Amino acid sequence: MTRFVLTKILHAIITFVLSGIVIFFGVRLLPGDPALAMAGEEATPERLDAIRADLGLDQPLLVQFLKFLGSIVAGDLGDSTRTGLPVTSMIATTLPVTLWLALYAIVVAVVVGIALGMLAERYRGKWPEIGSNFIALLGLSVPNFWLGLLAILALAVSLGWFPASGYVDVLSDPIRGIYYLTLPAVILGTSLAAVITRQTRASMIETMGTDYVRMARAKGLSRPRVLFRYGLRNSLIVLVTIVGLQLGGLISGAVVTERIFALPGIGKLTLDAVFSRDYPVIQAVVLVITASYILINLAVDILYSVINPQIRVSEDAS
Amino acid sequence: MSTPIVTNTDKSTQGLAPEFHASSNRALWLLRSILSTPMGIIGSVMVVIVLIIGIFAPLIAPYGFAQTNFEVPFQVPGTIGYVFGTDDLGRDILSRLAFGVRASLQVGLLAVALAVVVGTPLGLLAGYFRGLDSVISRLTDVTLAFPFLIIAVGLAAISGPSLSNAAIALGISQVPTMIRVVRGETMRLKSADFVKAAIATDASKARILGMHILPNAASAVIVQATVILPTAVIGESMLSFLGLGIQPPSPSLGIMLSDAQQYIFRAPSTALFPGLAILFICLAFNLFGDALRDALDPNSKKGH
Repeated sequence: MTRFVLTKILHAIITFVLSGIVIFFGVRLLPGDPALAMAGEEATPERLDAIRADLGLDQPLLVQFLKFLGSIVAGDLGDSTRTGLPVTSMIATTLPVTLWLALYAIVVAVVVGIALGMLAERYRGKWPEIGSNFIALLGLSVPNFWLGLLAILALAVSLGWFPASGYVDVLSDPIRGIYYLTLPAVILGTSLAAVITRQTRASMIETMGTDYVRMARAKGLSRPRVLFRYGLRNSLIVLVTIVGLQLGGLISGAVVTERIFALPGIGKLTLDAVFSRDYPVIQAVVLVITASYILINLAVDILYSVINPQIRVSEDAS
Repeated sequence: MSTPIVTNTDKSTQGLAPEFHASSNRALWLLRSILSTPMGIIGSVMVVIVLIIGIFAPLIAPYGFAQTNFEVPFQVPGTIGYVFGTDDLGRDILSRLAFGVRASLQVGLLAVALAVVVGTPLGLLAGYFRGLDSVISRLTDVTLAFPFLIIAVGLAAISGPSLSNAAIALGISQVPTMIRVVRGETMRLKSADFVKAAIATDASKARILGMHILPNAASAVIVQATVILPTAVIGESMLSFLGLGIQPPSPSLGIMLSDAQQYIFRAPSTALFPGLAILFICLAFNLFGDALRDALDPNSKKGH
């Protein structure tokens, strides 16, 4: 177990360092001279040199890379060229919005997905299964931002059930905060819910057909009990993996969802930075997103080994 | 890096590779199998419709995709001459849809091609050589840590947003799953009797990978490709919607939706059709992909 966790942590660190290298050289591939971009076209050569020295661009690449790593560890990601604010504080205000949105979307997707998947398994060959399969297929095929536009039109503007845009801090006003995030979270969770529905159904059908479940049923255990004790437990293992794998898609989806519902999250920060060529922010946002991805997947891997002892045994052996 | 891929269907391998059927018979059999279910028929018909629209877009479109007519803005669907109506600039929506579907397919197919061309050889190597496995796995992890939108942001920042950058971003983000699929198949096939037999006859590693493992892993690659295509189509529309993909005046279903968002209350139908078009393309390939998977792997029927 310890060895398994340590290996995973080591892998996470390697992945992060490699990602850092990709980002570092990616930023250096950007066209144009960052010093020129910051100082403007009329800047004197002396001024440009001063900015270059300030940014450390006159030093060897290796030194620059080490400094880059050092600044990450120190938590200093520079200042935005667009707003002049420290990038860390800009991320600190926008990241929670996205995290709440993503967390809410995952909860919605897991609840809806498990419910629909179990429904399909319970009523095999009948209309609930057909309906569940159809909803899952639609969920996989629909572009979520389009669904968002339609939802705003129907549920927010015409019926007035939900606000069309805006964000209320979840911690300072939980009820209103959750209410404002409901529509965006449902929209963001759509495709994840579809994937979970399909997987839950598949793994439930598989588990319920195994000998140990038949044995448990023969022993006199009621169907619901078997379902929750064996069926759901096995589905959870698959579920944890899916959420980990779908995280990248969820982050991409969050960017477009934030755009549609005008949420002040990290997606909005990213887009604003891209369109104003605010390189320090782009670099920092990419870094934060990859780091979150790696951290969450590390957590998923460890969680996975807790739920499924088989995994840590087999991985330890290998 | 040399890629030991040989897609030559040598008759002599047949005895060694019982899973591998003659290709033309197999294609016929597959098609019959796909068309044996209602979902398979619907999916196949939809795929054919999408392909026809994509290939013959210039013939289907009554107008140019960027041809404005300021005298007829916001025509409602059903107007004579403009079946699906017009947008704010009086551009014909039918024409823009046809070219948009074409662009979606282009990006989707490019992304699939990239994922297959890069992912398949890496998956074969990772599955066959244990030493390479951990190196390739770390590279896969790094790629997975960059969501496609972030890759697209990076490419857009480096060389400007475009159709090809969108396709590259979407393709790269699908490489890891392709590697995993092929790696899994390779590991499974490596212990199959016909591969062991080939190893025993002292066949070269390139020959084993290319002639014995690759043809049998091909069905998994094809199934994965049908999963990647709709994902890439949605991804393209998302990127273009955000201004990170195809650039106006080039047509894209995502750009149409982003334009429509501005006057959604005045002309909701402008937002309806592009979304329905994306939905149609993705339903087509998802249905077809499901039927294909069931046909290739009868065991999956009980599951999915």
